[in-house]
Amino acid sequence: MNKTAKVLSFPRLGNYHIPIAFFVRKVLQVEVLEPLPMTRRTLEVGAKYSPEFVCVPFKYNLGNFIEALERGANVLVQAGGGCRFGYYAEVQEQILRDLGYQFEFINIVPTAKITPWSIYKKFKEINYNLNILRFIYYFYLVFRMTKMMESMEKYIRENGGFATKEKSLITIYQQFLTSLNTTNSWSDLKRKYLRYNRLLKAIELDKPSDYLKIGIIGELYTAMEPFSNCDIETNLISKKIAVTRLTTVTYLVFDKLRNRRQIINAAGQYATYSLGADGTDNIARAKYFGEHGYDGIIHTKPFACTPEVDAMPILQKISRDYNIPILYLSFDAQTSEEGILTRIEAFYDMVKMRRDRNEKGLFRS
Amino acid sequence: MAKLDIIGIPRALLYYKYRYLWECFFKELGCHILLSPETNKEIMDQGINHSIDESCLSAKIYMGHIYAIINQVDYIFVPRFCNFARQETVCTKFNALYDIVRNTFPHKEVLHYNVDVLKRNGELKGFIKMGLALKKNFFLIVKAYIKAKLKQKHHDKLAHKQQADLINNESCLKMLIVAHPYNRYDKLVGFPIIKYLMENNIMPVYADIVDHKVARQRSLNISKTLHWTYSKELIGAIDYYQDKIDGIIFISTFPCGPDSLVNELCLRKIKYVPMLNLVLDELQGEAGLHTRLESFIDIIKIRKNKQEAVS
Repeated sequence: MNKTAKVLSFPRLGNYHIPIAFFVRKVLQVEVLEPLPMTRRTLEVGAKYSPEFVCVPFKYNLGNFIEALERGANVLVQAGGGCRFGYYAEVQEQILRDLGYQFEFINIVPTAKITPWSIYKKFKEINYNLNILRFIYYFYLVFRMTKMMESMEKYIRENGGFATKEKSLITIYQQFLTSLNTTNSWSDLKRKYLRYNRLLKAIELDKPSDYLKIGIIGELYTAMEPFSNCDIETNLISKKIAVTRLTTVTYLVFDKLRNRRQIINAAGQYATYSLGADGTDNIARAKYFGEHGYDGIIHTKPFACTPEVDAMPILQKISRDYNIPILYLSFDAQTSEEGILTRIEAFYDMVKMRRDRNEKGLFRS
Repeated sequence: MAKLDIIGIPRALLYYKYRYLWECFFKELGCHILLSPETNKEIMDQGINHSIDESCLSAKIYMGHIYAIINQVDYIFVPRFCNFARQETVCTKFNALYDIVRNTFPHKEVLHYNVDVLKRNGELKGFIKMGLALKKNFFLIVKAYIKAKLKQKHHDKLAHKQQADLINNESCLKMLIVAHPYNRYDKLVGFPIIKYLMENNIMPVYADIVDHKVARQRSLNISKTLHWTYSKELIGAIDYYQDKIDGIIFISTFPCGPDSLVNELCLRKIKYVPMLNLVLDELQGEAGLHTRLESFIDIIKIRKNKQEAVS
């Protein structure tokens, strides 16, 4: 490939492609190809060239890469984590090279863990003119932007089902996301956030006092990417349930590293050591949900995700100890949406019946 | 006289890697050891009953071994491994094993040591803590550890030397077995494959019998970002033995996390030798396995004959 312009692309995860693309555009000053929304084809292409029993995020990411390369990207970026995720990059690069694509591959975490400094050094390799102050400014801006998105998403998850006008919250949030692309400064971002947040909070809610509460825990990709989990969040919200999901990108990148000790302490007697990846976090959260009167927990994971499978015997024990039902969902390339929705429906009925029975029991005594 | 403590060691997973270290250490401390029997059908079935259905077969077998001896021992021994240095981690299964066993069999006391070098928990510290938990004398513990460590080193070296001698002296076809020790020694997983190879007059060369330090270094020739130490040792051995072998067999258990990626990369990167990737699960039939091995052996024989004819 001769000296053509660089077009950068990366795998998709929920709505996070917006801040990431914004950051890359501002800091690297290269063209960014935003990943397309996931389709059946993404998964099919990805699964076709993946090892057969690798976890499903690998297949989605590979599908994203292939689709991006077909659309003209020539620089791909992949991150890494504490489990198999840390080894995705090298295998994916090899698979894509074997398929005959020409591209440059950037592995954000080749040896060390993600720190702002390591990202800066990587970016400096691509854009030599990068200024450290500019990097810090936009790093902080994007960090705040992600935080704002997450706080609004959190509000929608907890209240979306109770809006008097259906889906009105989502519509406002979508408008906020579209407006983010034109952000040019810190004050501009803040203005937008305040405006849309006010609109969001202004919508009338019809929230009964005894609404159902369900917590979603699980592996990060299947918890955060709606396409990979058959959009269970929207499904639950439409059933008038307040959904809590504590896994977010800012949690994974910043809070988690800071609070390692606290997480293990929060897991209490159930875990002495870290289980690897998000295993301990999920145990701590399940315990939290159990203690705070949630009606049920949904645990999502890709098929054969080792850290989550390791957490499951412990989650089963928590489920018994706190008397809280847990639905275990396992996603793979062949998972049918109907099957998942049926299970959610049944779970919802069960949770609702339990709640009704408990209330009657209370009246009697 | 006080009753001697009986410590149960499951004959699965890392037992095959650290057997001399563990056995010698507990013997030096004056404890009785109860080793679980070789894997059989019943152990596997019990293991499946006591684990999540998506765990890997090796971990299920481990749970079966624990179940087999748990009622006859005072302590069950389940070490916890996390990392040995930066970029030297292990599969998250080993991070969690101690807590899984503790939660699955809550009525039994679990004896363990923790290796997490990045958090300043070395092997020696772990052994000392474990010895103190057994209420033994500090100096006795250190002495036992040193003795056990030397014994383990001695046996590793001996095995390496024996294998090197065999490779140099034997003229038959040589097949490199790339499998974790817990898969290739296991009576139900790896043993039938090795037995079949031996019956067909093929010498198995084991990838786990190698100078581990050298192997970790040489694994960089195949993969640069690999961070699982045990996988590094295996693929380093491929590089180490590359000009001495006629074929490679990968044995992994379904759905092993590290192997799913590492074996894929090896299959894509290594071009000079025929390879067979065997993935085993609990429903494995022997006939299907033999057919695949037979045809693979035929390919290697034909290839060898051709090479000899040319040269």
